[in-house]
Amino acid sequence: MSQDQGLFGVHGTGDTSGFGGLVRSAISVGSAERPYGSYFDDVADELERAYPDFNDAIERIVVDRGELTLHIKAAKLQEVALKLRDTPSLRFEMCMGVSGVHYPEDSGRELHAVYPLLSLTHNRRIRLEVSVPQNHPHIPTLVEVWGGNNWHERETFDMFGIIFDGHPGLTRILMPDDWPGHPQRKDYPLGGIPIEYKGATVPAPSERRSYR
Amino acid sequence: MTTNFTKDSYAPSQETTEGRVYAVTGGDWDSLVTEIGQTKEERVVVNMGPQHPSTHGVLRLVLELEGETITEARAGIGYLHTGIEKNCEYRTWTQGVTYVTRMDYLAPLFNETAYCLSLEKLLGITEQIPERASQIRVLMMELNRISSHMVALGTGALELGALSPMIFAFRERELVLDLFEMISGLRMNMAYIRPGGVAQDLPQGATAKIRKTVKQLRHNFKDNEKLLIGNTIWMKRTQNIGYLDLAGCTTLGVTGPVLRSTGLPWDLRKTQPYCGYENYDFEVITNNTCDVYGRFLIRMAELEQSLRIVEQACDKLDKSQGQPVMVEDKKIAWPAQLSIGADGQGNSLEHIREIMGESMEALIHHFKIVTEGFRVPAGQAYVPIESPRGEVGVHLVSDGGTRPYRVHFREPSFNNLQATAAMSEGGMIADIIGAIASIDPVMGGVDR
Repeated sequence: MSQDQGLFGVHGTGDTSGFGGLVRSAISVGSAERPYGSYFDDVADELERAYPDFNDAIERIVVDRGELTLHIKAAKLQEVALKLRDTPSLRFEMCMGVSGVHYPEDSGRELHAVYPLLSLTHNRRIRLEVSVPQNHPHIPTLVEVWGGNNWHERETFDMFGIIFDGHPGLTRILMPDDWPGHPQRKDYPLGGIPIEYKGATVPAPSERRSYR
Repeated sequence: MTTNFTKDSYAPSQETTEGRVYAVTGGDWDSLVTEIGQTKEERVVVNMGPQHPSTHGVLRLVLELEGETITEARAGIGYLHTGIEKNCEYRTWTQGVTYVTRMDYLAPLFNETAYCLSLEKLLGITEQIPERASQIRVLMMELNRISSHMVALGTGALELGALSPMIFAFRERELVLDLFEMISGLRMNMAYIRPGGVAQDLPQGATAKIRKTVKQLRHNFKDNEKLLIGNTIWMKRTQNIGYLDLAGCTTLGVTGPVLRSTGLPWDLRKTQPYCGYENYDFEVITNNTCDVYGRFLIRMAELEQSLRIVEQACDKLDKSQGQPVMVEDKKIAWPAQLSIGADGQGNSLEHIREIMGESMEALIHHFKIVTEGFRVPAGQAYVPIESPRGEVGVHLVSDGGTRPYRVHFREPSFNNLQATAAMSEGGMIADIIGAIASIDPVMGGVDR
């Protein structure tokens, strides 16, 4: 993260005055204590009732900015997802996809997958978050639970290199099939490839001197 | 001549004295052809697109056919991938608006609003957004819904072989784009909705002009309805085509008109209101045909509902004349209002006069907030809104800095396009065009 990267020679926060140049650690929003407020207690209670392994599977619960996030162990994701979908009092019929986030400084849990869930029946939203190490980025797929996750998981694989075990066809979706690297990881530079044309090579934008 | 093979199995290259030479091999064509010749089925795999006028943009379809029946359909995307999400991480939060507006280019104001609402949630200033700013947002979004639905209807009909509806639809869209130009200065990709409010207030006499256009649109919409509804050919091309029921929609995460065509009145403007939609009187249009026809009918009926909202927004805006359109907090609000000068649109002269001639502090503040931007407390937020195509949700992550740590758009086009296979497999090849038109994917949004 502290390496030289990006355009216009911007480092760190991009602060031009220096006054804001504080070093901040990775994002950490503290775990929530009961009562969580709103319908969140209800969701947690119902899930605990429906899923006996609750305390083992759920690493922590975060309530921040009016949103509930359940941090789940990767191995237990499918079980929890099924319970969330099928329990009548929960009924999260829809998963609105997967969003990957790369925290290179969160060692051992560098890659996060974030699943926003929606319950049409109860008009509720919650969020699941799973974190895996970069050197073993395996998360069980949720395609069998919510079919619509198919492309979202392919996108997250394409952009972050998270491997969704059991996915019916985990291939790149936005980048070309033979693309090296995963472009939305933090260590992947913006516009990071040199362009080769008729033998001459144009360096990647981040490598061009005029921007530095 | 020297040879030096590399390991690329698709196109081995060798260094020669003339330079590097690539050889595309794949020498298994002969065996492939004999293998296919041995099977008795008449199975044809057809590649449609990505440059095909009926595939709604740079969308590639790989269809496996038996006669004219589709046995398997797969969509190939990524031809318009521009890395907008990654780019946003290298710009300030405010500059992000200019990027995200280019995703779904037929509904730019929805991208902007969703992004700004999510950012405002991260900042914790949702309650501080001035009422007038929300009213303008609603007004712009509903106008945008009309222009987007016009393209959906026009190109949808065009793809099914009807040329005239498109001419009418684009005529109507043009009227709406004229309003956008009057209000924001731009017809598309306006970056008009900004974190904390909107870029500038409505110009003098805007509501009167909007009301006049609404009247005209209401009159003109009938042309399209008359052309399409009841037209035997169009009905035959759309009814019972592209079937997708509620169970299919929920498992595939499909939202928007496609979901409402199953009879479920799910519209985030009603179910999870934002921007004060709860204060507007409108109906959620549903239909239970689950087919292409129903989806087009829903879009047509939604035009009228949008006009109703626009009129109510105009009433509210007349009452809120003179109120602020940007959050009060000067640490977040963009420092300058825009105005039109002799050399085009830019920062208002009054503001330039103040920062250049009167107040050094104001100049410093302007410089800092424009170049560096503002800080956003660490955390994440997901805010969904109802775009013309369904739920567009923005997942923002901040590390406490002046630039986004992660911007992710849950694009309805991207998600809904997955339903192509479910809608068209087992049907005729000509009907996949109607099915895709009823999803109304915008490839800029799909590929981002």
